[in-house]
This record gives sequence, structure tokens and C-alpha cells, in this order.
Amino acid sequence: MANPARNIDELETTDPKQTRGPWREAWYEFKKNKIAVVGFCIVLFFILLAIFAPWIAKEGINAQETADRLLPPSAEYWLGTDDFGRDILSRIIYGARISLWVGFSAVIGSVIVGSILGIIAGYYGRWVDTIISRFFDIMLAFPSILLAIAIVAVLGPSLQNALIAIAIINVPNFGRLIRSKVLSIKEDEYITAAKGIGMRDIRILFSHILPNSMAPVIVQGTLAIATAILEAAALGFLGLGAQPPSPEWGKMLADSKDYLQSAPWTMIFPGLAIMLTVLGFNLMGDGLRDAMDPKMKS
Amino acid sequence: MKLKNTKSLLGMLLLFVALMLAACSGGDDDNASTDANDSDGGDDVSSDEDSTGGILVFARGGDSTSLDPSRTTEGETFKVTKNIYESIVTFEEGGTEIVPKLAHDWEISEDSLTYTFFLEEGVTFHDGTDFNADAVVKNFERWAAGDADTFPYYNSMFGGFEGDEGHVIESVKAEDDYTVVFKLKRPQAPFLKNLAMDMFSIASPTAIEKYGDDDFERNPVGTGPFKFVEWKPNDSITIERYDDYWVDGLPKMDKVVFRSIPDNSARLNALLAGEVDLADGINPSDAAAIQDNADLQLIERPSMNVGYLGLTVTREPFDNKLVRQAMNHAIDKQSIIDTFFAGYATPAVNPMPPSIEGYNDEIEGYEYDPEKAKELLEEAGYGDGFEMELWAMPVPRPYMPDGQKVAELMQKDLADVGITAEIVSHEWATYLDLASKGEADAFLLGWTGDNGDPDNFLYVLLDEDNIGSNNYTYYKNDKMHDLFIEAQTVTDQSKRNELYKEAQVIINEEAPWVPLAHSTPLLGAVEGLSGLVPHPTGSDLLSNVEVDRE
Amino acid sequence: MLSYTLKRIFQLIPVLLGMTFIVSMLIRAIPGNPAQVILGQQATAEAVQALTEKLGLDKPWYIQYIDYLKGILTGDLGESFRTHAPVVEEIWPYLAATVELAVFAMIIAIFIGINAGIVSAWFQNSWFDYIAMVLALVGVSMPIFWLGLLGQWGFALELNWLPTTGRESVRDPVNAITNFYIIDTIIQGEWGQLKEVIRHLILPGLSLATIPMAIIARMTRSSMLEVMRSDYIRTAKAKGQKMFFVIYKHALKNAFIPVLTIIGLQLGLLLGGAILTETIFAWPGIGRYIYDAIGFRDYPVIQSGILVVAFIFVMINLIVDLLYSFIDPRIKYD
Repeated sequence: MANPARNIDELETTDPKQTRGPWREAWYEFKKNKIAVVGFCIVLFFILLAIFAPWIAKEGINAQETADRLLPPSAEYWLGTDDFGRDILSRIIYGARISLWVGFSAVIGSVIVGSILGIIAGYYGRWVDTIISRFFDIMLAFPSILLAIAIVAVLGPSLQNALIAIAIINVPNFGRLIRSKVLSIKEDEYITAAKGIGMRDIRILFSHILPNSMAPVIVQGTLAIATAILEAAALGFLGLGAQPPSPEWGKMLADSKDYLQSAPWTMIFPGLAIMLTVLGFNLMGDGLRDAMDPKMKS
Repeated sequence: MKLKNTKSLLGMLLLFVALMLAACSGGDDDNASTDANDSDGGDDVSSDEDSTGGILVFARGGDSTSLDPSRTTEGETFKVTKNIYESIVTFEEGGTEIVPKLAHDWEISEDSLTYTFFLEEGVTFHDGTDFNADAVVKNFERWAAGDADTFPYYNSMFGGFEGDEGHVIESVKAEDDYTVVFKLKRPQAPFLKNLAMDMFSIASPTAIEKYGDDDFERNPVGTGPFKFVEWKPNDSITIERYDDYWVDGLPKMDKVVFRSIPDNSARLNALLAGEVDLADGINPSDAAAIQDNADLQLIERPSMNVGYLGLTVTREPFDNKLVRQAMNHAIDKQSIIDTFFAGYATPAVNPMPPSIEGYNDEIEGYEYDPEKAKELLEEAGYGDGFEMELWAMPVPRPYMPDGQKVAELMQKDLADVGITAEIVSHEWATYLDLASKGEADAFLLGWTGDNGDPDNFLYVLLDEDNIGSNNYTYYKNDKMHDLFIEAQTVTDQSKRNELYKEAQVIINEEAPWVPLAHSTPLLGAVEGLSGLVPHPTGSDLLSNVEVDRE
Repeated sequence: MLSYTLKRIFQLIPVLLGMTFIVSMLIRAIPGNPAQVILGQQATAEAVQALTEKLGLDKPWYIQYIDYLKGILTGDLGESFRTHAPVVEEIWPYLAATVELAVFAMIIAIFIGINAGIVSAWFQNSWFDYIAMVLALVGVSMPIFWLGLLGQWGFALELNWLPTTGRESVRDPVNAITNFYIIDTIIQGEWGQLKEVIRHLILPGLSLATIPMAIIARMTRSSMLEVMRSDYIRTAKAKGQKMFFVIYKHALKNAFIPVLTIIGLQLGLLLGGAILTETIFAWPGIGRYIYDAIGFRDYPVIQSGILVVAFIFVMINLIVDLLYSFIDPRIKYD
């Protein structure tokens, strides 16, 4: 379930010097990349959907019209209705809020925790590093979806706990990334110089190391949002994520299984929404990587 | 070396593609196939040639945990063991009256303390061992010497084990080769019904000795119409005709394969695609699809269950009787039944189904009346409503095909009377655990009867003795408790029924539950299948089943 | 090389040990007493108490953990609470079912992925290239359980070409020897059964193959483009060999590195992460085995199941790392 694109990025180490400063150039590079712009547009589209959901979607997405159960797509219900007679289009629009919220906040959570652990490991080295790195190794050796399931089983199934579980399983990816950045920056001359003139660790961290790690984190983070959305949908599909009547996409898919043949639209559209959103983030992530790190272009 | 690698990779890939192509093309030309081994994958039911005997594929929701029925409480096990083993007496086809099985006749003493069973002669176990009085005695001795975790049902049905005070059975003795005598310490009203339960089927004593308790669970030997062949965990269990079965002409099928397909919709899909002949746990919402399909038939299992919303009476505001009654008025059972039982259920009034003796049909129950509910809430001091957690079952059960969706409908009903319900779900084991600790405000649950006795519903689900296990509501009533205890030893059936009817009046007034529905569990089968009489307990004897596949 | 290998193996020990520790803590934090779950709704309180003691669940968790570790060191993975069977025996059919599916998926992924990548690069910027790369991008973003449902709906229900669920035709079951049904049917010469087994593998296999296939296609394409620019190809060209064949050969060789990487990363993920696919297709695999065990609070099965999956995962990665240096001598380890 993990997004493989992410794993590959880890293999291609980035050169920090290339990503220093020229954000504008990166933006220019990004704009030139048509596919990345498409990705950006898809993401923007879903973000707008999420923000303006109350205005776009029909009112009362949870209102049950049992007389209108499982209607095929029509002029009134563009994407048909589900087994409660609710408008699928409207639910998908509101579902965008949930998926984007889970994607962003889970990744922000893993970035924060991963960064702290990664910086500590990279900066202090020695036994601290060994313990933290070994911990990351352990986490990565887990089948991640099983780990997420176990965490949700402990915390109880809810959207928030699914989010926490997803954040936890993604921590080591960011931790390792930051750690390797810190290690390579630490040896740079200007850090040595900064230490020489007596700058405190904290200041060094904030003024030099963190900014230098930003670019790869943004790239990784964008791709990780895609993964997180998929993982949340998977947990929702298993009934371990958002609870009814919340219009979470994975949960909508799970509900549709019963009507695979009689009402395939209940299955097709939520899945399509997941796929498009994830695609948007993946395309954008690819574009960002190329833009921020021209050396890695293939 | 590298070149060699490349080539072998290429070769492997080519081989693979060839196989894929061959496999894909296989889909539509099964009928033309002449290879004797080439059985039909099941795309097309009609292409299976055999018309008598043959294989029956039965799809169900889960794998068995054990094939020794005495060691488990879990229903999927009994679906298989019912066909491998037999008990001394059994339930009639499709009902819960007691009829002969391994005992062709029996006598009960005046004081209801001595039961004498006369056994069938000429019955053999699948391993060749003779079935006789000695075998019965050995089985009961084995159970009586056990403990609660090894033989859980024995414990709850016969009140404990040898040496325990509550143990009902004084002794089991073989009077001669084919006569067994049970002596009881005190009368037990449902004793015969207990003996008829699948858990107390007689197993081959030689086989138990040979395999030991744990391995016997995977090497079952009984006297039933089918003998065990193979168990592929989480996938399938295969049993085949026992040629020396003591009833002539049975069983009709050569083989039965029980396939586990956990997902309800995947199971239906397998049936639609003709990969299986019979499937249980059909979603009520799929009933129409099966009826519309000319190749399939819908089979209804007689209902012996109840689905309910339990109200934990130790938690505010459900400690207030008026609130509980208001809940009963607030929920529209009929709309739940129409929407998510597709009509295959009757609204429940009492905690046990009408088909069971002792059902009180004078009780009218609470009609759907949101206004009345509001009044009651007002009277109870909750005129502005309140907030509550509504626990929804995460798994489908025959008595509750989709707990989450039922909860969603209820949420709306409750909102109409000003109650804000938040749907909460837990993973199934956690759900039961927390609910049994009284941590849920209100929770969906249900029960399928084991032996058709009112005690098995009322006492088990609502008596104070069962708080912490099956009485999840923590409801307690001394008067009702006395009625239940008396009814357990009274053997006069009409007197018993009176006691249970009285108890139901109390339950109705006190309203610890919102009884929702007695559902009709559904099975789907291929059109040519006949001879299946589904049993209300959920485990079906398949010896009369045959499939005509012209 | 040998010392490096040993060092890596040595490093795995604390990882696996740490993992068993985390798992054992985690599962005990899940509410629900296994004894209650096993005995079910019918159980009396005494029965639950008796079973709790019998399973040793009343002991402090660290004692339970140490007992478990002792067992593992002697090759005993414990006994399932629920079925009373030794996990070591019980786990094999499940593992084999998943491995067979994962390997099948991986072969599809490699075959289609490499070829699509090569052809795309060869006809760079052609319509084929565009379509293939768009498909690859979509493939990477695919919720595979959705794809599984789509496949089931389209190919099994509407078209009726392929079976919906399971591993074999239950009317003609495979006689399991190794539990890899393809191998079992081949050694028994049951060609009809072999066909059935492959037919059952196609839908779940294709679903699982999508993501690795897409990645392999993209990686192959970019490495192929590099190859086409190299001197080496120019030389070959000068020698007058047929271009496509030359490039194909070299591209295949170059594709080994990305393919190995993917195998290392994805095969492990497929082993533990195929739960959703296994659910949809009623595949009796290891993912569901562990998932169900979580539901039953079957501690030995959860602990040992995860340990086995993780062990295979880290071993595959180790082997992949070692193969890198084997295939590409430029990669060196100290």
C-alpha cells in the first residue's frame, strides 16, 4: 500500500547545494514541466472542491432519501445515489475534505516527528544515532499496513486514529531522509565555521540545517501525501478509518462492494476520486523533484 | 554469466506469457475440452456433466476453528461437523422438536431424573469402530473430566464438570451394548434439547485416543453421512460420502466442499459466477438479484434470532426507564427492516422470536411514535434531548446484516426526537469486550438460538447471572430472576411457558432493549439444488441434498 | 564480501528482536481478553478465567515475552490460541499462497514493465511512449483494492471470463504438496488444474502487479534512454549489428538494477500488504491470516506471523543488496 515512488526517491540522494536559495528558479522549472502542472491543477481542483464544498455540493449529504436508493447517474444525481439514496457526487466533494485533511496532517505529523528524530540522530551521532537508526530499521521492517491496523486496533477505529497510525508508519521515511541531510551538511565548511565562532547547536539547526533540508522534505512530503491518502482509504475500506455517516472515499468503496453488479457507479466514482487525487500529488511531487533538483532529472 | 542470466530471464518470461495466454483463452471453451482432468472452472454451471452424486460446493463466511464440535462455541464449526458426527437425539428438520438420531427411542422416569436411551445397532464410525453404549459413555466421561476452556458448551449446558456442585449429570452408564442410562442430580427442563445440540455429538473413542485432544480437532471421526477428507485452512474443508453410512441411500452427494469466503459480496459474486452451488449469509439487499436470476434460487432459513439495540441501564440517561421507553418509541423498526433487511425480517417485540414456545403474544410492544417519545423524554427531564454514543457492530451477522447502516438510520430517527447520537465502532473483539464491561451507552447486538428453548434467550441475555457476559445491558430484576430459576427446573411445559410469559411482561415494561427484528437468514443456491431444509440453528444437514445439473 | 554479508546478518538480529518486542507490547495494548474472544459469547466467567490462566495470560507481560523468545530460539513459534495448532505448521499454506501470488504478480510486473519501458524509450515521444508513461503514472497512483473490485466486476461478473475468488477450482481441488499450486499441479501432471490455478491468479495478480509494473516501466525507460546515448551503443551500431536487438540486450542488462530494487522493496510489501487484495479475492494468504488473528487476539499467530513476514522482507533486501554488487561490479561494499 505504501507508495513505491517514495521508496525510489530514497535511493537517489540529493545534493543540498543545488537546492539552496533559488526557489524562484525552481518555480520556473516547475512551470516548464507540463505534467507537473497538470498534477498541480488536479490537486488545486480537489483543494478548491474541499474548500467550497458547502457551496458546490447539495445540501444535506447525510440526508437519507430511501426512496431514491441506488439510482444510476442522471440529470438530478450526476454520479448516481448510494444505498441510502444520498447523492454520490456531493459525498465525493465532501470526501475531498477528509482525504486532503488526512493526507496533509498525517504527513505534517510524520515530518515533524521524523525531523526531530532525524536531527537528533544526525547531529549527535554515536549511540543516539545507533538507537534511533535501529528504531527506524525496525519500523521499516514491519509490513506497514499491518502495523497501521494494529495501531488502530489499539486506539479504536476512527478517522483521527487512522490519521495517527498513518503518521506513525511514515515517520522513519522522513527521519532517515533528514538524518542523511544533517550528516552531509554537518561536514560542510560553513557549519564547521559556525561552530568555530561559537554558535549554539539550536541556532545552527534552525539557521542552517533546517533550511537546507527543506527541498527534499517538500518533494518527499508531496509524494507521501499521495501515499497517506491511499493508506487512509485502505483503512477506511477495512472499516478502521472514518466512521459513518462520514463520506470518506475508502469507506464509500467498502459500502459499494455489496452492489458491485447492481450499482457499479457506487464503486467506480469514489475509487476514481482517490486515484485522481493521488495521481495529482504524485505528478506534482515528480515535478517538484525535477525542479528543485535539476541533477536528478531523468 | 550476465548474458546467461538475461537469456534465462527472457525464457522464463516467455514461458509465463504462454501460460497466461493459454489460461486466458481457457475461459470460454470449456465445453469443447476433452481432457478428462480438465474440470470446469465453474464459469458455466450447466457444463458440469454429472447429474447424480457429484460435488456440492458450499460457500460460507468463515473457516471452522476446530472439527471437534465439543471444543468450540463458534457456529462455522458446526456447519461442517453436523455432517460428520451425529448426536443421540436431534432436532427435527427445520425446527427444534426433538427426534431420534443415534438413539431410536428413550424413556424418562417419573421424577425426570433418569433418562434411558436405546441406541441404533449396526452403526459404525468412519474409522471402523462400532458405535455402542460404551462409545456414548466414553464421550460423556471425556467431557465430564474436562474443564471450562476445553469444553465450553458442556460447561454452560450441564452446569459444570465432574465434582462441580452445579453439574447436572450424576452418571452415564451402559446398561447393555445398546442401552445408555443418564442419571441426573436434579431435573433439567431442556435436557433433551441440550443433548440434541451439535456440540454433544458422539465421536469415535478410538480416534480420540489415537490422536489426542488437540490433533483430533483436525482429524474428526464420527458416524455421520460424510467423512472428513481434507482441510485447507481459511480456504476449504472437504468431506466425502461415507459408504457404510447406516441410513440406506444417504447421503446423496459424493463430496461436499465448504469454502470460506469472508466477504458477503464476494460470496454472492462466487455464486453468481457459478463457482459455488450454495452460499449462506446472503445480504438481504441481494435477495432480489438472486430471485431475478433464472439459474439461482433463494432459500429462507427459519428465523430463530433477535437483533436489538441494548441500552446500558447503569449509564446515564439510560438508568431512567422513561428514557428507555422513549428510545423504543423513537426508532422506526419497519423502515430499518424495509431498507436493510429488504423485508426479510419481522419487527421484534419481545427478546425472543415468536416461533419459540413461551412467547408472549399478548404484549403489543412500543409503536413508532416520535411525539410520544418526545413526551416521555420531557417527562424524564430530557426535553432538550441529550448526546449519546451509538455503538454499531463492525461485522455482519444473520441477525444484523449491516450494523453500521442500521445505526445510520437510527441516528436519523433519534435526531428527530432531539437525541444526538454519535456512531462508534470498534473492532469486533474489542466491541464485545467493552460492551460486556458496560462501557457502551447503547449498542447493537443480537443472538441466534442454540436449542430453541426460551431459557436460551431470556435467561442468557437478560438475567443478572449473565451480567459481564451475555447480559450486556447490566439490567437486573430480582422478580424476573426468580422466575427464570424456577423455570429451569420445572419440567411441566405449560407451567414453564407461563413463567416465561410473565418475565416478558416485565422486560417489556422495563425496556432494557429496543428489540429490532427477527431476521430471516438467506441462502442462495443453484436452481438444480434440492433436498435442503435449512435449520434455524444455522447448521444444516446436507445428506438429503442433491444437485441436478442438466 | 563474506564479512560484509555476515555483518549485515548480524545487524538484522537486533532489528528482528526489537520488532518482536514492539509487536508483543502492541498486541497486549489492544483491548479484549483472548480467552474471552476464543470462548465466544457463550462462555461463562469461570471458563474465561480458567483459559486465561492456561494460556499464561495472567502472568506479567515481560514474563510472557521472555517465554515467547525462549520458544523462538528453539524454533518454536508458539501454538495458536484458537486452533491449538503449532504456528510453524499452520503458517506454511498461508505463506505459500501469498508468495505464489506475489511472485506471479512480480513476474507480470517485470515482464510488462521492462518491455513497455524499452519500447517507450525506443520510440521516445511517440504516442506509444506517451500512453505508456501516462498509464504508468496512473498505475503508481492506483488504489489497488479499487482495481481489484473493478476487475472482479468487469472480468468475473460482467464478462464471466475469470473466476471471482479463491485459488483453485473447488470442484477439482489441487492435491497440495508444496502448497505452491503451480508447482504442485506441474509435478502431478494435472494440466487442467494448472490452467484453473493460473486463471485464479490472473485478477488478483494483475491488481497487485500494477504498482511495481508502473515503477519498473518508468525506471527501465530512463535507464534505457541513458544506454541509447552511450558510446557503447554507438560502437555496436558502428559494428553494424541490428540496432534494436543490441539495445534490447543492453537495456535488459541495465534493467536488472531497477528491477532488483523493486523486487526488494515491493515483494516484501506484497507479502504483508496484500490484505485488501486477499480480502476481495478470498485468497487464503498470510496477510489475512495475521489480520484475522488480530481479530481473534491470537497472540502467538500475530507475533510469529509478523516476525516471519518481516524476516522474509529483510532477507530479500539483504539478498538484493548483495546481488547489486554481483551484477554491477562498480557497486562495492566494505
